[in-house]
Amino acid sequence: MYVKQISVFIENTPGRLASFTKLLGDNKIDLVSLSVADTTNFGILRGIVADYERAVQLISENGYTVKLTDVLAVKVPDTPGGLAHVLEVLAENNIVVEYLYSFVRSAGNHALIIFRVDQLEEAEKVLEKAGVQMLSQQEVRGL
Amino acid sequence: METMPREQLRAVQDERLRDVVRRCYENVPFYRDKMQKLGITPKDIRGVCDIELLPFTDKQDLRDNYPFGMFAVPNSEIVRIHASSGTTGKPTVAGYTSGDIDRWAELMARALYCANVGKNDVVQVAYGYGLFTGGLGAHYGAERVGASTIPISGGNTVRQLMLMEDFGSTTLMCTPSYALNIAEAVEKEGIDLKRLKLKSGIFGAEPWTEEMRKHIEEKLGIDALNVYGLSEVMGPGVSMECMAKNGMHIWEDHFLPEVIGEDGKSLPYGQQGDLTFTTLTKHGMPLIRYRTHDLCTLTDEPCACGRTHVRMGRIMGRSDDMLIIRGVNVFPSQIEHALMQVEGVSPQYHIVVDRQGNLDTVEVQVEMKPEMMSDTVKDMEALSAKLHASIAAHALVNAKVKLCQPGTLPRTDGKAKRVTDKRKL
Repeated sequence: MYVKQISVFIENTPGRLASFTKLLGDNKIDLVSLSVADTTNFGILRGIVADYERAVQLISENGYTVKLTDVLAVKVPDTPGGLAHVLEVLAENNIVVEYLYSFVRSAGNHALIIFRVDQLEEAEKVLEKAGVQMLSQQEVRGL
Repeated sequence: METMPREQLRAVQDERLRDVVRRCYENVPFYRDKMQKLGITPKDIRGVCDIELLPFTDKQDLRDNYPFGMFAVPNSEIVRIHASSGTTGKPTVAGYTSGDIDRWAELMARALYCANVGKNDVVQVAYGYGLFTGGLGAHYGAERVGASTIPISGGNTVRQLMLMEDFGSTTLMCTPSYALNIAEAVEKEGIDLKRLKLKSGIFGAEPWTEEMRKHIEEKLGIDALNVYGLSEVMGPGVSMECMAKNGMHIWEDHFLPEVIGEDGKSLPYGQQGDLTFTTLTKHGMPLIRYRTHDLCTLTDEPCACGRTHVRMGRIMGRSDDMLIIRGVNVFPSQIEHALMQVEGVSPQYHIVVDRQGNLDTVEVQVEMKPEMMSDTVKDMEALSAKLHASIAAHALVNAKVKLCQPGTLPRTDGKAKRVTDKRKL
């Protein structure tokens, strides 16, 4: 149960991020989750959108470099220690978390967190076994 | 030799030209083929008056005959091999016989005499030693005049200053930009010029201006003279300025210079064109009408110093796209080649050359392609590092790599603009 994440290359120049988000806005594409990794020269905007196929087409047609990556959208109990539990399960199984970021919206008493891991299948397996819930692409579309 | 009347000098050139043409024809298949295609044999060349009958040689020809195809002697006669960067991937090779090395030292010694350097001098050679001809070329010349020669090579300015003071260097040999660096370090460290014995500097391997000369001369309290050369033709010492500081004397008994116009015709003195050399006395790798692609003018007007050899003006630019970065020749095609070595990399690039302080900086901007994209910073930084390493390996420059959004690099009339040189020379 993976979710498609879009990653877009954004140069570190004033206005670049603004014009990119405007492009999405003008085309009614809603980022349900977003994070920006920045370096001195460039940033990588990562996000989850409901209709990623349309988003990728629009973004690349407008001259941006975009890449799709499978990530896990994990439902984490919105209580102290909730996230720690998920991370412990992954750590016990030697799975490396490259990065994680949370959804803008939450689902009831759960926080929604995106996990990018080095071993996707393995991570899904061990989390399921530990009783951790994950969202499907279909569920993301319904958000 | 240096003050020989021009008619006598011409007679020497005539004889030596006949000799080099014969040697090329007999020993270098490349030249024999070219001359046969033109329907000429060495007998058709009576002297300098027939120079225009002979074919040109270009850097591409050296590349096509890489590595040793241009040598005119068996490899057993070659005692040294130098190389400079070529236009793509492979370097441009130059081979020297022991006689060539001896003549090179002699001509470099002439250059040093132009700066009044002799056996009582201490010469600090801060050109790079290695495949680049600068270091060893300067070194042999300095030893030939009997000067105490310090092979310190380039870099480590603090050490340069220490030895300059402690060893009492009287002459500095390096690139003009490095000389500026040293001059400014002297100022910054608050070194009193009275503690230094420096009186002259012989600077070359990259273009510079009269303003830079004044600047260096004032800061170091020396005479700063311009030296010219290129590894294909010999190395430093092909021509050298005298104390009149009014153009570089080309050692015409060894190199026959021409200035070629856009139509491929030899231009009269005074007109600017592509500087071209025929090596008259080189045995390892003689070259006929080698196009340097350096743009300049020649003059045979008498010089105040009494030397009769023609003088070339400052290099006004290039007739090709070669860049000189910290004394290293760099072609955009080399950078392109280096980028293409990394899988999935876009051929859309832009080279920005600038000068920070006195040192040239290079930024290579590369447009992103989907194949280059990753969602992790780690991968993207690894890609930048790979590109940086490839450029260092293939083009021998330390460039900053900047990844850019597609479509953001400058284009003129749809054609990519490859180079922006912000250095003001």
